[in-house]
Amino acid sequence: MVNVQVNGQERTFGGDPSMPLLWFLRDELGLTGTKFGCGVALCGACTVHVNGEAVRACGIQMSDVAGKKVVTIEGLDPNGSHPVQVAWRNLGVPQCGYCQCGQIMNAAALLAKTPAPTDAEIDSAMAGNLCRCGCYQRIHAAVRAASKGA
Amino acid sequence: MTYHHRTSGLIIHNVSRRDMLKGIASVGGLVLAAQIPGLRPALAYPTGADQMPNGVRSDPHLFLSIAKDGTVTIVAARAEMGTGAARTTLPMIIADELEADFDRVRIVQGEGDEKKYGNQDTDGSRSVRHWIQPLRECGASARRMLEQAAAKRWNVDVGEVQAVHHELVHRPTGRKLGYGDVAEDAAALPTPAVDQIHLKEPSAFRYIGKGNVAVVDLFDITTGRAVYGQDVMRPGMKFAVIARSPVLGGTIVSYDASAATKVPGVEKIVKINPTPAPAKFAPLAGVAVIANNTYAAMKGRDALKIVWDDGPNKSYDSVAYKAHLEEANKSPGKVERNEGDTDKGLASAAKVITREYYVPHLAHATMEPPAATAQFTNGKLEVWSSLQSPGGAREDIAKHLGMDVADVTVHNTLLGGGFGRKSKCDYAIEAALLAKEVGPSPVKVVWTREDDIQNGFYHTVTADRFEAGLDANNKVVAWRQRSSAPSILSTFAPDPKHPFFIELGLGLVDAPFNVPNLRVESGEAEAHTRIGWFRSVNNIAHAFSTQSFVAEIAHELGRDPKDFLLELIGPARIVDLSKQVTTPYWNNGEPTTSYPIDTGRLRHVVEVAAERAGWGRQMPKGRALGLAAHRSFVTYVATVVEVAVDDKGHYSIPRIDVAIDCGYAVNPERIRSQIEGASVMGLTLAQYGEITYKNGRVEQSNFNDFQLARINESPTETRVHIIENGIDVPSSGVGEPGVPPFAPALCNAIFAATGKRIRRLPIGDQLSI
Repeated sequence: MVNVQVNGQERTFGGDPSMPLLWFLRDELGLTGTKFGCGVALCGACTVHVNGEAVRACGIQMSDVAGKKVVTIEGLDPNGSHPVQVAWRNLGVPQCGYCQCGQIMNAAALLAKTPAPTDAEIDSAMAGNLCRCGCYQRIHAAVRAASKGA
Repeated sequence: MTYHHRTSGLIIHNVSRRDMLKGIASVGGLVLAAQIPGLRPALAYPTGADQMPNGVRSDPHLFLSIAKDGTVTIVAARAEMGTGAARTTLPMIIADELEADFDRVRIVQGEGDEKKYGNQDTDGSRSVRHWIQPLRECGASARRMLEQAAAKRWNVDVGEVQAVHHELVHRPTGRKLGYGDVAEDAAALPTPAVDQIHLKEPSAFRYIGKGNVAVVDLFDITTGRAVYGQDVMRPGMKFAVIARSPVLGGTIVSYDASAATKVPGVEKIVKINPTPAPAKFAPLAGVAVIANNTYAAMKGRDALKIVWDDGPNKSYDSVAYKAHLEEANKSPGKVERNEGDTDKGLASAAKVITREYYVPHLAHATMEPPAATAQFTNGKLEVWSSLQSPGGAREDIAKHLGMDVADVTVHNTLLGGGFGRKSKCDYAIEAALLAKEVGPSPVKVVWTREDDIQNGFYHTVTADRFEAGLDANNKVVAWRQRSSAPSILSTFAPDPKHPFFIELGLGLVDAPFNVPNLRVESGEAEAHTRIGWFRSVNNIAHAFSTQSFVAEIAHELGRDPKDFLLELIGPARIVDLSKQVTTPYWNNGEPTTSYPIDTGRLRHVVEVAAERAGWGRQMPKGRALGLAAHRSFVTYVATVVEVAVDDKGHYSIPRIDVAIDCGYAVNPERIRSQIEGASVMGLTLAQYGEITYKNGRVEQSNFNDFQLARINESPTETRVHIIENGIDVPSSGVGEPGVPPFAPALCNAIFAATGKRIRRLPIGDQLSI
């Protein structure tokens, strides 16, 4: 039995403890904002926060999140108005949109730790999040816009 | 120049295009069109839309409803895969002509039904160019109906009523009604005759041409509420993954699912039978594992033991196949285009330059791997999936299952990328087959990334060989291109082993070069994997080879590559290929009257991109510019890439300047985003893109060995320069045409910076020192 807090709510999981957090969020809780992209932590589409750190939900097992606090895109801000989300909308970042929840979660974790990142820090922190539509120019600009001293 | 404009019947000689357009604009495109008896005002110019299966529709009763509170609901019938066309730009066109406030517009996604909605196949960069005219008509018709209803309510002449920004105004008295107040009366009216409707003057547009409308799904996308095919959840749903034949045409000899069924959560194993080639979008042979969650299904699949008969393609090897294609190009092939006497021209040339280029197979790798959910209840099937062609999928599903189309409902979700992959509905057919096995429970088929990379419909592999003959004055007097590439048609019909008319028109026979002796031949090439469309299709290979070759000749002659390209294109003119091609020229399905090959427009984008990029400016060591231009999807694009290469051969791309002439620019903001994205997709295919085969199997499996460009290596700044045109210049493709010029522009820049010429994609480690 795994107890885990997801978006402020206590949850219990009694299934296979080796199941990646991704499938618990998606299939069991219906939190489909956490996307399935590669399953091997190479694309970042499933990025969530575990105790405040950006983590690929496909690469962490349920047994590893026991007692931890998980925040998904659905729980990032009650009104969907986290500064990163607002910047994303102001700059019209998304095309297909599929990778964007992971991008936003990754950017939010970056800015929580590094409120005023350099350009190189933005690129380095965001390099684990793939976007096949190629929205990188606007992603970079949106992270910059949401940062301190923008 | 001479320009034939079919809608007007005008033939204007020796007038520059710019002047001519000014002339039309000054009298108004509509006025001109209205002078032609029988021509519907909204159809001011003909397009290929009517040649598409089920054509287009303009009846507002199909696409529009208005609630009592004034909320306008617009049906998006085409697929939204990220261009913004289906759910933002097309509804915006309706809303503008309706004089609706876009903030009060709600979008609902139409189900797959082409008899109702017209063509829904969202592919070929066609959405805006085929739908701007009928959807303007749609919005204008509805506006007229609202005006008629208000006039009746006030008992006044309809000529005294005007719809203005979500209100109906009685001009003589200033009385007003909201759209919702008369919506019910308006909806009961017949659709007005076309001579009763009035399209807005472009100067009155609020949204069309402005780029001021945010993407409709922006809030949902940024908050995780947006639903894609992978995200569909239905009560009682099962989850399935499928082990598919690793080789095209493979079959199952036997399988042992005893270990798979012991995995907790696994509920059922279903064998999927293959369809003999040509199988179109029918599923590959496979064994499906159905479970109560996706992870259990994946673990169950891992535990399957399957003995495959790999079938006729088991020895497909991409290294050997490359050599085979290059060999084919050394002998005369099937003549696809001929002008003058190329053999004689080459034989008598003072100098002949010969070069070979190669572009491998590519996978689409949409960020959302394919997925579909289906439910079978009481003889009826419901499907939820992310499909580029929802109407076509509905028909393919019904056919495969032997069902009546009327018993199949296809709900389309957002697409997490399409790029041509999701034009093929194999995954939805798989879900439908499994739904029959587990009904009435719904079942979702999840493709993993490995499935996506290894069981896709691949961009074809292409070898191009060129010979250019130069006379004593270094003028190009003869040009021969030989191209060998397996055909997409092999997916649909017996393998023709040569390009068919559509592929010929994707950059092979339509190079608009001013060379007196010019021949294009194709070599024989048999398909050994599923070939499918990939964003911009054969244009990728032919733009890479052609635009690289042009720069190579320029270098041999010591000429500036831009000046030499313009010289080869020649003076501004309309190129008529009809007497040169052996198969009627496709022109992306568009009439050449509305969409001619206009070298003036091609020259113009080259000049604009070069000027904006500061072509010829002084650059520090290791930095250089490269240029390429290409017409595809009846749009003209020129790309200048600035590259910075260090002494280890690592490069970065500080800046790109792209000039695009896509006719009238309906949504400039989304045109910019498409071109920005095309640069990144162009970089990915140039630097990394390669699917290889060994023993008939794809060798790559995930983003570790099929890499995509990441943010830290992507262009820092893509500057998009949209050529301004009036609405009388037919809108043309946007989603795809940004891709083809990128790779040759990059490789031309790399050559200018380093002297290293890339003739085989991907670049990979060819630059490492």
